[in-house]
Amino acid sequence: MSAYVAVFSARFRGLLQYRAAALAGLVTQVFWGMVRVAIFTAFLRASAAASPMPLHEVVTYLWLTQAFLLLLPWKPDPEIEQLVRSGQVAVELVRPIDLYWHWYARAVAQKTAPALLRCLPMIPLAVLLFGMRMPTDVGAALAFLLSIVAAVALSAAIVTLISISLLFTTSAKGVQLLAGAVVNLFSGALVPLALLPDTWSALVHALPFRGVMDTPFRLWLGDTQGWPVLVAHQLGWTLAFAFLGWVLVRRAVRRMEVHGG
Amino acid sequence: MSGLGYRIAIAREFVAASIRAQMQYRASTVLMSIGHLLTTGLEFVAIWALFDRFGHIEGWTIAEVAVLYGLANVSFAFAEAFGRGFSTFGALVKSGDFDRVLLRPLGTALQVGVSEVQLLRVGRGLQGAVVFGWGMMALPVAWDATRFGFCVLALVAAFCIFLGIFVLQATLAFWTVESLEIFATITYGGVETTQFPLPIYDRWLRWLFIAVVPLACATYFPALVLLDRADPLGAPAWVPWCAPAVGPAFLVVALRVWNLGVLHYRSTGS
Repeated sequence: MSAYVAVFSARFRGLLQYRAAALAGLVTQVFWGMVRVAIFTAFLRASAAASPMPLHEVVTYLWLTQAFLLLLPWKPDPEIEQLVRSGQVAVELVRPIDLYWHWYARAVAQKTAPALLRCLPMIPLAVLLFGMRMPTDVGAALAFLLSIVAAVALSAAIVTLISISLLFTTSAKGVQLLAGAVVNLFSGALVPLALLPDTWSALVHALPFRGVMDTPFRLWLGDTQGWPVLVAHQLGWTLAFAFLGWVLVRRAVRRMEVHGG
Repeated sequence: MSGLGYRIAIAREFVAASIRAQMQYRASTVLMSIGHLLTTGLEFVAIWALFDRFGHIEGWTIAEVAVLYGLANVSFAFAEAFGRGFSTFGALVKSGDFDRVLLRPLGTALQVGVSEVQLLRVGRGLQGAVVFGWGMMALPVAWDATRFGFCVLALVAAFCIFLGIFVLQATLAFWTVESLEIFATITYGGVETTQFPLPIYDRWLRWLFIAVVPLACATYFPALVLLDRADPLGAPAWVPWCAPAVGPAFLVVALRVWNLGVLHYRSTGS
């Protein structure tokens, strides 16, 4: 266990070094946050009655997506991508730790460090200047915290699975692009899920992707009814992705051919 | 040696070589293009979902917004294809390979611009064209030669604006070799901005998109002409007609700034 904690903390501290990049990212995301708030405000002005969420909830939701954008599982771990391409991945097999949990620990670090650097300054800024609201009661805040931890676990499981897919095909860019678009639409990153057509809700609720953003955000907004089910949905999908990845990594290692050189 | 004809010939060679290289992996290129088409298509699905619920935005229907969306995405697809060299320019500076570009007897911007032309961007372009066509068919707009000519000019102008933004971003790499997320967000955020009518933005944002980064001239003003709409903010009727002139002007300014950056360039020496 301690080996995986060490992998996590090394990667985490490494990622915290990119502070200039984090600041530049913060500034641009605040700017686009304002643009997105303008777009949705205009839609709600057209017909506020059509919205299942009042404007202030939509605004808070949008700022949450800006703050936690880096939680989204879009891409494989860039360093693992490099390892697979160069054949260095063979060295990973020599290490006396389980490959899946090693990569999973890296993915958890990769999802938490940049997201923390982004959300810690952005949330106070958005609350003070741009009409974002904090959770109204302690229960909602606690449920949100629990759920955002589950969101990290889920996102890391998806990222690890994408990284593992590199062991089967080194160029999966087309699939990756498409996966990114699906994640964007069904996590709530593009449009708050409650604003999608009502006929889609069964599909949207069954898919795993809302667990990365929408579930914790609904809890933040105080929609805490049935929160244990929501968190269970997140953790269930996390386990499913982790199990799939764990099985696939074993199969991949058995049939792996490492490029020499 | 350095005549315009010569430069065009060289650029054509570069582009042809890049396309030949990608066609070596024909299946992969086709699949990537389809992936790109579906990816950008899902973004339009999100916009459609909002119209499905709310009906209109600031009095614009989905067909009218489809025209904005089409203009933005077709021109941006071309800018992405031809601006690829600029959007990955940070790596060229970081590795010191820009030295080689400087040694060749040809303009640096031209070399970087045509160094890689990405075919997969066809996906976004096609998708944008389909959305544009659908929007236009759903609207009672009569096409004549003037409108068609203006539409082509507007697309060229929007292409120049997006390409200019890519050039300005790449220029930053002369001062900071760090690959910053800021690069990607400016352009992709820019596309999102231009997909919606300008009046939805606050006054200061509107002026920013008119006077500083002229994104409004890329889609909003041309769309007013194509859709026969008057500007609700009271711009005189001749203003939208002049908007396409801003595109090339912006690109020229961006290239001037680029040249300043080249003068400032110091090799990383690696």
